[in-house]
Amino acid sequence: MSNTPALADVIAVACAEAWRGDGEIFASGMGVMQMLGARLARATFEPDLMISDGEAFFIAGDLPIGGTDKVVEGWIPFRSVFDTVAGGRRHVMMGASQIDRYGNTNIANIGPWAKPKSQLLGVRGGPGNTVNNATSFFIPKHQVSVFVPVVDMVSGVGYDRAKKVGGFIAQRHDLRRVITNLGVFDFNTPDHAMRLVTLHPGVSLEDVVSNTGFELVLPDEVLISRGPTTQESAAINIIDPMGLRLREIAS
Amino acid sequence: MRNKLISDTQAIASLESGMTLGIGGWGSRRKPMSLVRALLRSDITDLTVVSYGGPDVGLLCAAGKVKKLVYAFVSLDSIALEPHFRIARQSGTIPEPVEWDEGMLQWALFAASLRLPFLPTRAGLGSGVMDVNPTLTTINSPYADAEELLAVPALRLDAAFVHMNRADSRGNAQYLGPDLYFDDLFLGACEPGRRFVSAEKIIATQDLLKEGTFHTLKINRSMVDGVIHAPNGAHFTTCEPDYGRDEAFQKAYVDAARDPETWKVFSTRFLSGDESLYQEQVLLWRAEVKAAKEATK
Repeated sequence: MSNTPALADVIAVACAEAWRGDGEIFASGMGVMQMLGARLARATFEPDLMISDGEAFFIAGDLPIGGTDKVVEGWIPFRSVFDTVAGGRRHVMMGASQIDRYGNTNIANIGPWAKPKSQLLGVRGGPGNTVNNATSFFIPKHQVSVFVPVVDMVSGVGYDRAKKVGGFIAQRHDLRRVITNLGVFDFNTPDHAMRLVTLHPGVSLEDVVSNTGFELVLPDEVLISRGPTTQESAAINIIDPMGLRLREIAS
Repeated sequence: MRNKLISDTQAIASLESGMTLGIGGWGSRRKPMSLVRALLRSDITDLTVVSYGGPDVGLLCAAGKVKKLVYAFVSLDSIALEPHFRIARQSGTIPEPVEWDEGMLQWALFAASLRLPFLPTRAGLGSGVMDVNPTLTTINSPYADAEELLAVPALRLDAAFVHMNRADSRGNAQYLGPDLYFDDLFLGACEPGRRFVSAEKIIATQDLLKEGTFHTLKINRSMVDGVIHAPNGAHFTTCEPDYGRDEAFQKAYVDAARDPETWKVFSTRFLSGDESLYQEQVLLWRAEVKAAKEATK
């Protein structure tokens, strides 16, 4: 047995870490890995987080992804989600088809908006999310077609644009983490440009740089993303017994 | 005492080309599909459609009935992307797409239902929504903070469709599932005259509290002009707890949309007749799928 943890588990832990310190807020995950991260954080180091079933209920206990045996602790229909977003007591982890240096993201369309080459979801709640509550991103395939100089449609507001808006939005704008199959990134730099935080085990700095279509801020010393603790491994297996996380990662 | 029970054909007959139509539900959840299907059979066109979009939007786009579409997304939930909507956007056949944030749609309907000209929000500011909607404008808070906020304009509707689990013949309607979505706002934003509720079952008023608590009675008869009995009317979208999404049929819908020829076959089979023929064909299709599965065993 090697001591190298499975990449999917490293990523699950990295996603969970995004919610560390959040306390009693709505931890919302849009996608399998994002949901696993939120539930893993609550099952281990962030027990007060609120987790939904992705439908309309807050659930207590470690509900497996796709599980139906729910202990309901609250009701969160879409209207209440919108209220919670505007109230700021939420940290969502979304996906993104494109992201730029300042965290502008795109889930809407590829190519010109007026007549897209590929129509995706539309902006959804991305504009409201990113100016109201903390937002992180999980991106399963880190590549230059995703990490782009300019996104085709800004569905999620980045730091440069938030600064231009000014006022409340600029002051409270809070993009936390970007987790990919290569590493973990944040915006804790003087001008909020994206920074490498950790590389996943076995990933080189060159892998990240060559798959990023803009200049990343690189740390003096590159740290490696940690694997799960024994307790975290146990929780991962309870929350994702079917191994859905493995399908999320191109390894 | 008004009895508001009408047929889907009568409801559609009150609509005109060029109107603004709001459609309740969310994505592929509790969509008033029988009314949408009835609309597909009509000559009505050039519609402005407002929706948290699912197959309702896809079908209306495929039929070329949409002039203007106000949306934040169009999705089938368990299948993320709506094929007809994609084709329409990628081929530029929706003349006036209007893409807003989800919360802006809610605010626009809420403003209309309160007869306000706009409601302020932060959602949208700084995003591409401001780039692609040049007529959107901001307003400064009149108080000491003077914060600049997006003024979401009210969206008044000429007609509204929602699908409920139960209704009485007077228009009191009940949802028994987990989420009302924004159905009350679609009805509230609509001018009286064309506010239509389809329902799985029409029941006596005194039975409204038999299956759900009073919390489920969010749609009252002053919000409704016509009630349509539509069993399985949300098919193939969810209508919890009466039925879940018909995932197999939704997949067949998506597969058929990949190619104009297969779509023609699908739409001829399912969408060229009235609602009872649609429901009959769905049952036949299920039997065929089941037989085919057993044959391959």
